[in-house]
Amino acid sequence: MTKFLSLLGDGLALGAVYALVALGFVVIYRATRVINFAQGGLVVFGAFLVYQGEHTWGLGFWVSVVFAMACCAAIGAAFEALVLRRMIGQPIFAIILITIGLFLLVEPVTTTVWHNPPGGIATPWKLHTVKLGDVRLLQVNIATVVLGAVVLGAFFLLFRYTRVGLAMRATAVDQEAALAQGISVRQIFALSWAIAGAVAVVGGMMLAGGAGPAPGLSVSLSLIALRAFPAIILGGLDSPGGAVIGGLVIGVAQVMTGGYVPAEVPALGAQFADVVPYVIMFLVLLVRPYGLFGTAEVERV
Amino acid sequence: MARANRGMVRSYADDLRLFPTWTKRGFLVVLAAVYLLLPLVLNEDVWPGGNGDLWANVLALAGITAIGAIGLNLLTGYTGQPSLGHAAFIGLGAFTAGYLGGGRLLGTPPHGYNLNLWVYLLVAMVLGGAVGFVIGLPALRLRGNYLVIVTLGLVYLALYLWQKWTTVTGGNAGTAMPPRASVFDIGGHRLDLLGKFDVFGQTMGPKQGLMYLAWGLVAVVALLVKNIVRTRPGRALQAVRDRDVAAEVVGVSLFRYKIGAFVISSAIAGLCGALYGLYLGYLTPDESSLGITLSITFLAIIVVGGIGTMYGPILGAVLVGALPKLIDQYATSLPLVSGIVVTDPSKSGLSKGALSTIIYALLIIIFLVFEPRGLAGIWRRIQAYFRSWPFRY
Repeated sequence: MTKFLSLLGDGLALGAVYALVALGFVVIYRATRVINFAQGGLVVFGAFLVYQGEHTWGLGFWVSVVFAMACCAAIGAAFEALVLRRMIGQPIFAIILITIGLFLLVEPVTTTVWHNPPGGIATPWKLHTVKLGDVRLLQVNIATVVLGAVVLGAFFLLFRYTRVGLAMRATAVDQEAALAQGISVRQIFALSWAIAGAVAVVGGMMLAGGAGPAPGLSVSLSLIALRAFPAIILGGLDSPGGAVIGGLVIGVAQVMTGGYVPAEVPALGAQFADVVPYVIMFLVLLVRPYGLFGTAEVERV
Repeated sequence: MARANRGMVRSYADDLRLFPTWTKRGFLVVLAAVYLLLPLVLNEDVWPGGNGDLWANVLALAGITAIGAIGLNLLTGYTGQPSLGHAAFIGLGAFTAGYLGGGRLLGTPPHGYNLNLWVYLLVAMVLGGAVGFVIGLPALRLRGNYLVIVTLGLVYLALYLWQKWTTVTGGNAGTAMPPRASVFDIGGHRLDLLGKFDVFGQTMGPKQGLMYLAWGLVAVVALLVKNIVRTRPGRALQAVRDRDVAAEVVGVSLFRYKIGAFVISSAIAGLCGALYGLYLGYLTPDESSLGITLSITFLAIIVVGGIGTMYGPILGAVLVGALPKLIDQYATSLPLVSGIVVTDPSKSGLSKGALSTIIYALLIIIFLVFEPRGLAGIWRRIQAYFRSWPFRY
């Protein structure tokens, strides 16, 4: 039971990060119908920018986080405005490939600028633990879940109760109608990318700070984003709420398999945990091709 | 009466001709001559002191990737089904070749079988096609974005399978691919294409042999795919690409043609994988060799070359295949970056590998934004310019 609870803590922390990354996917997808493969790149870049602010410039943790969020939001919006806007009307895979191009750029750029950073990000929680009964939980895991909830909550408030949120929802439903109502669809596109960039930083920063079973501060953090794809398939490509639930389910499932499978079912091995998200994704797609909460695109022939 | 040419098509037979003009026929002869003679030039036994073997190796790899890219182009360019799963089929082909062709696992005698080159190339194709059929079934229900993500998952599942199936793949230790000395007979004439053999009285090595083999198969595969796309099935595939619902309405069986495109494309990928294994010589199933970047490379090749064209994937494979070697060779003499490139991997700064990835990524973005039709589009524009010369249009 103790093991289960501590794994649950790890899993929820990882799930919160998946949820943040998946939210970035969904926000961009709803506005522009683009799947952003570069989201993983933004996760990595954000984590390294936090490191830069904290270690090199001595800005302090929270200031660095805000700085990195601003930078990644700007990068996202700039990429949308300068590159993707020229691609409207092109086939889907061309647009996907262009975001893959951005994704490929991140790794060499980060290794060139930062090489091998000697330490990770020093979060205020370090590696302290709290005891709940018999269970030791890493504070950073709790902080990740809480911070994830705050960011997601802020997004939902923005989405549901503000003019900007209304404009975003209108754009998602029908771009031309939104335009006719005086909404600047271009601004919404750029804003969506900016939001995705900013939430990616939070996810990357927590992973680099030691949350979940993460590799710390390294370029391989970008793989996390590739595993967040199953989360959005599970939740549905265009459902922010689905992204959160999908992220949590995938995160917990991955950590649980990592904790139990090597001992209980040795034949599957330790690497099985890494493919569990994809296995879940295949199973979901067999039953519901548009995810649990996604909009079915109905076409009759 | 005017002769039939591209602008003068009088009958269906005219439209179907593979090489309609004398220019194209002449070009074909030149290509055949280059194919026969280039391995003679790129050969350090014939021209010692040059970089011949290096370039022969690069061109062999370009040919091998061209095969896979032609297959992916049939699926993505002509049928409109984007796939990131190519690396899974490459791995399948490569490990099939290793198992059937007498590959070795670490510290054990040769395992599996010791079959002829043609046999395991054929089996790799058949297996690739069979797995492609299974993958194509769920893909019937998915399109666009969802298909990309599902095929992405396929790459990781395949990697996991290779890592766990140690008796065939050697697990994390990997497989030594079949020794390149794969002897076979052509009409009673023994030819050791992947060892030492003679062409025009000159001794050729395995690198030149692989070059002959790869580019010969490029011609075969290109002809096969060209024949598919210029006839009835090809028109059906393109109808599916342009609007699948409309295609079904006019009587195109989506099941038949979507699955068919998956099967043929995966079979070609299996063939490409077997050759890729031969090229590498040693294959470990990990992220860097059979991961998502390999799939991305193939997509990048068809985009840079020209999506939905016949010679696009080949041009793209030559450019993208040669790029890392070019950068490795000339990084320190390039303008702008020569001063900041570091060759010592322990030092911080711009390494050659990083520079190569950056240029490759920028190439993808720039081509997609400014020339979505790729190199083939540039070529067509040049043709159009000279056809209407001296007028601008």
